[in-house]
Amino acid sequence: MPTKPEVGLFVTCLIDFFRPSAAFAAVQLLQDAGCSVTVPKAQTCCGQPAFNSGDSGDARAVARTVLKTFAPFQYVVVPSASCAGMIRHFPELFKDTEHAETAVSLAARTHELTGFLVDVLGVTSVRADFPHAAAYHDSCSALREMGIRDQPRQLLRSVTGLQLCELSDAETCCGFGGTFCVKYPEISGKMAAAKTRDITESGANTLVGPDMGCLLNMAGRLSRENSHIQVRHIAEVLAGQTAAPPIAGPETE
Amino acid sequence: MSAGRDIILGRVRKALGRGPLPPEKQLKLRSRLAHPKRNLVPQRGDLAGPELVGLFVTMARKADAEVERLSDWSQVPNAVRQYLDRNHLPLNINLAPEPLLQALDWDGFQVWRDLPRREDKVAVTGCFAAAAETGTLVVTSGPEHATSLNLLPDHHLVVLPASRIRGSYEDTWDMLRLAYPDAPPRTVLWITGPSRTGDIEQTLQLGAHGPLRLQILLIDDLDDA
Amino acid sequence: MRVTSPGFKANAGRALTDPQLQKALKRLKGGFQVARLKAAEQLPEFEALRDQAREIKDFTLAHLDFYLELFEERVGFAGGKVHWAANASAAREIVLDICREAGAKKILKGKSMVTEEIGLNDHLEAHGLQVIETDLGEYIIQLRKEPPSHIIAPAIHVSKDQVSEDFRKHHTDLEPKRPLEEPRELLDEARQILREHFLTADVGITGANFLVAASGSSVIVTNEGNGDLTQTLAKTHIVVASIEKVVPTMEDCATLLRVLSRSATGQELSVYTTFSTGPRRAGDPDGPVDYHVVLLDNGRTQLLGNEFREVLRCIRCGSCMNSCPVYGAVGGHAYGWVYPGPIGAVLTPALVGVEKAWHLPSASSFCGKCEEVCPVRIPLPKLMRHWRERAFEAGKAPATQRFGLKIWSLFARRPGLYRLATRLASRLLRMLGRKRGSLSKLPLAGGWTSERDLPVPPGPTFSDLYHRRKS
Repeated sequence: MPTKPEVGLFVTCLIDFFRPSAAFAAVQLLQDAGCSVTVPKAQTCCGQPAFNSGDSGDARAVARTVLKTFAPFQYVVVPSASCAGMIRHFPELFKDTEHAETAVSLAARTHELTGFLVDVLGVTSVRADFPHAAAYHDSCSALREMGIRDQPRQLLRSVTGLQLCELSDAETCCGFGGTFCVKYPEISGKMAAAKTRDITESGANTLVGPDMGCLLNMAGRLSRENSHIQVRHIAEVLAGQTAAPPIAGPETE
Repeated sequence: MSAGRDIILGRVRKALGRGPLPPEKQLKLRSRLAHPKRNLVPQRGDLAGPELVGLFVTMARKADAEVERLSDWSQVPNAVRQYLDRNHLPLNINLAPEPLLQALDWDGFQVWRDLPRREDKVAVTGCFAAAAETGTLVVTSGPEHATSLNLLPDHHLVVLPASRIRGSYEDTWDMLRLAYPDAPPRTVLWITGPSRTGDIEQTLQLGAHGPLRLQILLIDDLDDA
Repeated sequence: MRVTSPGFKANAGRALTDPQLQKALKRLKGGFQVARLKAAEQLPEFEALRDQAREIKDFTLAHLDFYLELFEERVGFAGGKVHWAANASAAREIVLDICREAGAKKILKGKSMVTEEIGLNDHLEAHGLQVIETDLGEYIIQLRKEPPSHIIAPAIHVSKDQVSEDFRKHHTDLEPKRPLEEPRELLDEARQILREHFLTADVGITGANFLVAASGSSVIVTNEGNGDLTQTLAKTHIVVASIEKVVPTMEDCATLLRVLSRSATGQELSVYTTFSTGPRRAGDPDGPVDYHVVLLDNGRTQLLGNEFREVLRCIRCGSCMNSCPVYGAVGGHAYGWVYPGPIGAVLTPALVGVEKAWHLPSASSFCGKCEEVCPVRIPLPKLMRHWRERAFEAGKAPATQRFGLKIWSLFARRPGLYRLATRLASRLLRMLGRKRGSLSKLPLAGGWTSERDLPVPPGPTFSDLYHRRKS
């Protein structure tokens, strides 16, 4: 009898703060797929903000916490492609340091959530209901850094009642880009506006995606445009946990 | 001037973290040049006979060249005449001084055999070879073929024997090295369709500074080749 | 050329509100990008060719001294002359000397980014020479006294109405009544004017897409035919090329050509690919009598020796800017110097200094599309990140950003403290906007809220909920 895959869930700072329901959904999806899931208490951020700002010193300092906390697990699963991608950069970040070896090994064991479910665990469908027209947003990190394109779509198609809509310009950035969106707000805003137009024209009433940063950006933009389109993390829909109000949506009583 | 040379080569070596390459390594690199190795060549051109000619025609037309097939050389003057008639042009041509072209019967034409002048509208030339993979003509400069003939007149009519068509660029370089063992001619010009520009509002227009039209007169000489 | 890269933010702001430019940029998306994708699909070996193209460039760079010397030797065999220019001013002087020696008055130019880089036109004009750009796009921006805004479509930002105005202003012989509105009419006018220049030029200057060491040939790839007329009809042909353009053999060149046009315009091959070896031969009816190649370093050797070496693989196809959402939003002039887009974001700091150009690598969302389409697989986002490291070390990042990172790092490496801080912040945000679910304004978050609302957490942090639930 094969032992259960031991998964350490790296929640990520944005989900921890803005979207707890996505993390609960991720835990459930992993458990339903037969994993033993641990959520280590000592976790914060992957270090990406500093890394992408050229501040390698602070990036390393923060990333060391991730290394230490997650080194014991067989797999590290992240409900965010961009943070999983950051851990894949650890070998570069810790090159020629005492942590070099750990970094290489951790990077190889780290996966984005939907990629892990489909490619590693062989999950082909989920048991969930979501009777809505939903568009999937390919975050750049998922698409180009982690090779995630068909996996989330395959899982979404198995959701009862869900009608999957494709964006016409699916492979173009939404304008989030981490600190980019606050450093160059007008450029980012222009990109976000093009994306929300595309989303609106797709006919979807719900937008899902694998990356919290992009989702906050698009949800914030849609809210600014008074759009009725709801935004959720993909894990919530796949786990059937959609009781929470959508991102940037008003409280439901 | 040689100061610049020493500075640059010195900087290159410093950047590469070494001195000049050792003589034996240089010799090895030089010997590779004598027998240049082919990289990956697309399979597309891996054809022979009529299929190869067919690929050339398809690709040349895709690049907006016009291709007219003739059964032998003697049909060339008539094809040129018909082309000029169709385009309401007088029977004035600028003919490249290539023996095969000059030997044809140009009776009734006004033929200019020197460098193209401002008023020349039509050039008739041969070509060295062609690469079917992209419908590309390989034209070489030499006493029998002024480069400006390919560029100045509005209409360029090129006579191409089918036997000169090869599959790939590499194949045409092999032909060229056979014909010019010491060094390539001053200009080896690959022509793929008539000149064009998209510089005004990205609107594609044929006929920029080079010819407006490229007419390939393809001679089916495969049997006797 | 004046560097306006330090003003990137202001440049970008202007570009975003320029309706004419925005219209032009919209066309770019449906044009080059779609064409490239189609061309790639039609050649099954395209991805494998990209790998080989990268290997060829890497191999050549690792033996660059050897291939440069070989190239010089072979150009000499063919009767041409190679000049070595360590920097921009040396290159300008060499070209000027050759022009003077040829007794030249009128200089024609084929499209060349490297001569933009060294500011050649201004230098020659300052010394009394007439310089005429012959690529239609370059000709238009020369009349407008503007820098190119795209490396293969330099006048992409100009409308046909503007071209019409420029022609009427500069072509003084023009009949006022002659129609000059449509692209065809404009092209015909330019063709006629430039034709006369081609026939009366003393020196023709071109760049080079490649230099082939084995034969000593320079290679240009064009669509208009202007480059060929430029280098064929004048008595002297000068090629200005940076040292990383050299490749070992014609076979290697063929591989690179197969990925170049497809990546650039989506053509299977550009209309003219010209291999020029030395001056005209005995008996040749035309072609230049003198042939010079000016090899330019201007910072390349520095890149060869540091973490940016891979940028030297660039074959200047422009596909990175065609696919870049930032370029697509602000266009080329916002970048403030010769090379725009992702390639410019990596090259410009090297060539004008990171202290002037740090905005360029900073203004990227790291979406990775440029790397995805680069025919020689340059990891452009990674190289931009390296520039950010250099800018950070040099203290170029804004103080607010540095301060923010310090605070963030202080908490992020102390999980206990971090939980406490996020708990408080979450409570605060919920107090402000829980009912509506988002905030449209928040002190210190103007960068976010100027463009979009800020979503508010629906409840306590996951960490608080989960570990409370477990215990």
